[in-house]
Amino acid sequence: MTTRTIAVVSAGLSDPSSTRLLADRLAAATVEALRARGEDATVEVVELRGHARDLADNLTSGFANEPLQAAIDTVVGADGLIAVTPVFSASYSGLFKTFFDVLDKESLTGKPVLLGATAGTPRHSLVVEHAMRPLLAYLRAVVAPTGVFAATEDWAGGGVDRSLAGRIDRAAGELAGLVTGRPAATRPADPFADPTTSFEELLKGR
Amino acid sequence: MQFGIFTVGDVTPDPTTGRAPTEAERVKSLITIALKAEEVGLDVFAQGQHHNPPFVVSSPTTTLGYIAAKTEKLVLSTSTTLITTTDPVKIAEDFATLQHVADGRVDLMMGRGNTGPVYPWFGKDIRDGIPLAVENYQLLRRLWREDVVNWEGQFRTPLQGFTSTPRPLDGVPPFVWHGSIRSPQIAEQAAYYGDGFFHNHIFWPPEHTERMVEFYRRRFEHYGHGSADQAIVGLGGQVFMRKNSQDAVREFRPYFDHAPVYGGGPSLEEFTSQTPLTVGSPEQVIERTLGFRDYVGDYQRQLFLIDHAGLPLKTVLEQLDILGEEVVPVLRREFAALKPAHVPDAPTHASLVAAAGGGHASTVHAADDVTGRTVETVARA
Repeated sequence: MTTRTIAVVSAGLSDPSSTRLLADRLAAATVEALRARGEDATVEVVELRGHARDLADNLTSGFANEPLQAAIDTVVGADGLIAVTPVFSASYSGLFKTFFDVLDKESLTGKPVLLGATAGTPRHSLVVEHAMRPLLAYLRAVVAPTGVFAATEDWAGGGVDRSLAGRIDRAAGELAGLVTGRPAATRPADPFADPTTSFEELLKGR
Repeated sequence: MQFGIFTVGDVTPDPTTGRAPTEAERVKSLITIALKAEEVGLDVFAQGQHHNPPFVVSSPTTTLGYIAAKTEKLVLSTSTTLITTTDPVKIAEDFATLQHVADGRVDLMMGRGNTGPVYPWFGKDIRDGIPLAVENYQLLRRLWREDVVNWEGQFRTPLQGFTSTPRPLDGVPPFVWHGSIRSPQIAEQAAYYGDGFFHNHIFWPPEHTERMVEFYRRRFEHYGHGSADQAIVGLGGQVFMRKNSQDAVREFRPYFDHAPVYGGGPSLEEFTSQTPLTVGSPEQVIERTLGFRDYVGDYQRQLFLIDHAGLPLKTVLEQLDILGEEVVPVLRREFAALKPAHVPDAPTHASLVAAAGGGHASTVHAADDVTGRTVETVARA
């Protein structure tokens, strides 16, 4: 049985946060969906709150410190990514965006990604489509067609309502399909490998 | 091994007084610092090149020429010479002239410059940084090595029958280092020519330096210039010292907190643990610096940044005293004891002349339009 790694990036700030709650539901459903396809999966969660200062430091210093680099390596090296943010001022939170700002812009190319967002009101429901999806499109990730948005009322009444559960399962199935359709994750090209273009080639005509 | 200092020539207000030196004071302070470097027994003074405020180092050979006249032994270098936006013809002329003025005590470090707005001021585009560095440096080499150059490239007006004057001292061009923080292409360029590679080794974790130097060494060997451990490596480093390390930390903290490149991010403590920045006692600086060898191997040149972020001249001169009296003599002894015999020293004008089989008069005379003799025939005669 192939074992896949699914990285989860959650930008929730409280503990427990509804963002993390949604992230966990998406992760569990994805593991289920992969099992149904005959593949095992391990889940590695990156809580961005714990890297809030690391990320701010990265903005000014230009490099990731060790804990942040470990989180980046987890995400970049995973077979699939689940990214969930709370909605702040009609978009993803600054913390969420900062994590994607400090990634090498090539590092998520072709990565299967499932998007989720949470908010206090359903009127933010298009944030997944209008804010998150363009960000991941810029990074050339392969984003599952279904994004999952959950407002306060989706969690109300002591349980998840049927439509949220249905959206989670559909989205997880899509992510599992994207992951199993691909070879296991490969590391980005090593910039310090011997060059493929000779220096004489670069000098040609100069 | 060579020890020295490098400066970026910034005019930064002293955060403890709010006062910035005038440009006149800063230009003069660079000279004072360089003369002090020689006085305390350092080997190298390297000066940056910038064309925008808050810097005063747009014309490096003017300052270096004056320092040359006032010193006896100091090697004058750059940190860096902008190979992207400076006309290679001007670099060839300026530094060959400086060689004559300084009796050969000259080398250069090439850098691309990472300030985007500067490029268009010189008709260039930062996105062409690497191709500019490749083309311009290849032309610079030819201008120093060939008496008459016919050349055409992508970025500069073609040259027909051009002779860069004066010719290099003794017919031997200055040694060149290539500086880059994270572009393997530049390490490759240094390796291709068998030139030196310098990593500025400040602001970033040492793993970046380690990977770049390892790559340069491997490629230096690939191109047949010697074994990997014979490649010519230089490192930067930033230090601030007082007898007691707590005093050093207390005195340096406001400069760190307000430095444009440091402030607002990781704390001084985080920066000193994550990067080679060392703020403490001379003993701590010695120990840290000796540790650089653990990840880059035996290397040839260590330059320290000491006049940055608004530190007053008086403080900088005190730092030079500590470097010269307490730090560098120990480092010199310790590094020399560790270095195997087959690892070379950094090339100097004397060693390059010897390697060339002696100097030769290199003057090129003008073409004579009466007899029809050309520069080529005169050079051959």
